[in-house]
Amino acid sequence: MEQIELTYPASRNVNKKAHVGVVGSGDLEVLLEPAEGEVARVFIRTSVDGFRDTWKAVLDRFFSKYDGAVRIEINDAGATPGVVHLRLEQAVEVSER
Amino acid sequence: MSSKGYSADFINRQSFIELDARDRAKALFDEGTSRELVGPFDRVESPWLPMQGVTPQADDGCVVMKGKIAGQAAVVVALEGAFQGGSMGEVSGEKMTAALDLACADNEKGIPTSAVILLETGGVRLQEANLGLAAIAELMASILVLRKHAPVICLTAGTVGCFGGMSLAAGLASYIVMTREARLGMKGPEVIEQENGVEEFDSSDRALIWAIHGGDQRYAMGLADALVDDDTAQVADTIRHFTSKGIPAVHRSSQVELYRGRLATLDTSQQWDPKEFRALWGTNGLREGKR
Amino acid sequence: MSEYAGIRGAVWFRALTGQRSPMPGDPKSVLTADAPLGSDHPRFLCVVADSHARFPCARHGEVGLEEGYTLAARVREVVEHDKNTIKRPIVAVVDVKSQAYGRREETAAIFLAAAAAADAYGSARLAGHPVITLVVGHALSGAFLTHGYQANRILAFDDDGVMIHAMHKEAAARVTRRSVDELEKFAKEIAPMSYDIRDYAKLGLLYKLLHVENPEKPSPQEIRTVQGELVAAIADARTGPVDLRNRLESTAAREMRKASILVRTKLEAQWLEK
Repeated sequence: MEQIELTYPASRNVNKKAHVGVVGSGDLEVLLEPAEGEVARVFIRTSVDGFRDTWKAVLDRFFSKYDGAVRIEINDAGATPGVVHLRLEQAVEVSER
Repeated sequence: MSSKGYSADFINRQSFIELDARDRAKALFDEGTSRELVGPFDRVESPWLPMQGVTPQADDGCVVMKGKIAGQAAVVVALEGAFQGGSMGEVSGEKMTAALDLACADNEKGIPTSAVILLETGGVRLQEANLGLAAIAELMASILVLRKHAPVICLTAGTVGCFGGMSLAAGLASYIVMTREARLGMKGPEVIEQENGVEEFDSSDRALIWAIHGGDQRYAMGLADALVDDDTAQVADTIRHFTSKGIPAVHRSSQVELYRGRLATLDTSQQWDPKEFRALWGTNGLREGKR
Repeated sequence: MSEYAGIRGAVWFRALTGQRSPMPGDPKSVLTADAPLGSDHPRFLCVVADSHARFPCARHGEVGLEEGYTLAARVREVVEHDKNTIKRPIVAVVDVKSQAYGRREETAAIFLAAAAAADAYGSARLAGHPVITLVVGHALSGAFLTHGYQANRILAFDDDGVMIHAMHKEAAARVTRRSVDELEKFAKEIAPMSYDIRDYAKLGLLYKLLHVENPEKPSPQEIRTVQGELVAAIADARTGPVDLRNRLESTAAREMRKASILVRTKLEAQWLEK
């Protein structure tokens, strides 16, 4: 199991926490919580090692459009970048309802 | 105008099977009355999975919700079939057992509280082996106590079904509710084939699998108390029916002489057509005064 | 860990009761006897192999349909009989290969037969009968859930021929998609996965680990010692609650089942919150 930590700048507060997804084969769960400061931190645990660069690329792309100050935890069991992105967007949607 | 024979009900129905454990649990409660306990943000995970390189799930694949069903207190515990096959680990097992114990304590305080357990599970989580197995034994013990006070309803909808040691938990329940897609049995077809050969059980024979383990068969044999469509509204309605029904006069697992008698008359010299059991053990048997 | 040989159950049943038979009309795979032990007269039960069993998949020490319902009937008999009097202890002597794996078994709902036996044992315990399990050999998965795991107190021999587990190594490796070597490596570091009874003892579920020199041919002295331990376990069970909370409250559990304890604590705290 690999653990990856990434940090991004943030410029807005988020009100609500959100949880989406399941740690099923090819899927992941996302826990999103409001955080203090002007930073977003992402903590990834994945059972598929060796894809750090791919994770960074997906998260870079996500945060190029998202600026919430959050703590995001991802528990992954081999999701594709497409599914990761989808779950992140779902989490954001729930947190902004 | 023809609508190809589909009723509005069918088109509008929401699949229960497509819902994850959390949404299934929520769907059973009276609107707005449910809240989750020890949820993902409490982060009580398996201590054992990360040691083996397996990503844990923040709720360990078990959702506990408390609220009202048909106006009465109820706790719903749902296993997430998509996480590790819904298998019982230390944490998921203890969530279920402790929830039932708390429901029991409420009953003893004069607050009638029933329990609904949503079982999509292959049984013990092998990565936690003896703690998973012990958890099932402890769950069974708690079901035995709670079911004296209030109904313990087992709901298995598929696609995982209810197998392994958890089939014993289902066997102890006050009522069992299944869909046609669901299956209930102790051993799955693959392990039987592995253990005793393809003649004993061809695990690629899907028709045979459902003929033996499927919801339709179990209901027709009198081993399930309701057969529901894959329709969330219908499932919720059926659960309401059983929480309101009270406990059965005699639980199925206590009807030893009935089943011993049935077993004694079986010809074990060859395999059987499962359909025969519908007549033998189904409600027809009741009318012949065999109960 | 040694292969299941199917000898120890019958050996210890005979050693403890002086008897070796099923009750009249019962299948030969379930031995039942009432025998003196200390100042009690417990019912002893044991599942053994019966090569002529009616069900072909239950001929080598498996716990199948007949075994489940026979155990249930013989345990319920004790509860019914002692309804208005002193609750006799019930002792499960356990050395079982596995559940029965068969098409007939699944068709005729072996899950219910197993539940019926567990119901009987658990209900006896709740009614105040001390239920004691003595694991003299193998205690696997569904077979153990059926016969033995509902006990107030569990004792086991401290011996390589004793195994309590959810699944045999080869099958477990196959299902979890690991090699047997990998599984054994994990089992060394992860106590709940271990096949060693001494590691099982660390989980806090056992009342006592007993040392017996020769479990397959016990001496009269050893038999007396084991009887003494059973008497002590019965007395201990009588002083405690009829539920299974002792399993989570043991010293070892406080060390090895911290997550279980945390779950229970949090659930209790959140149960009442608005």
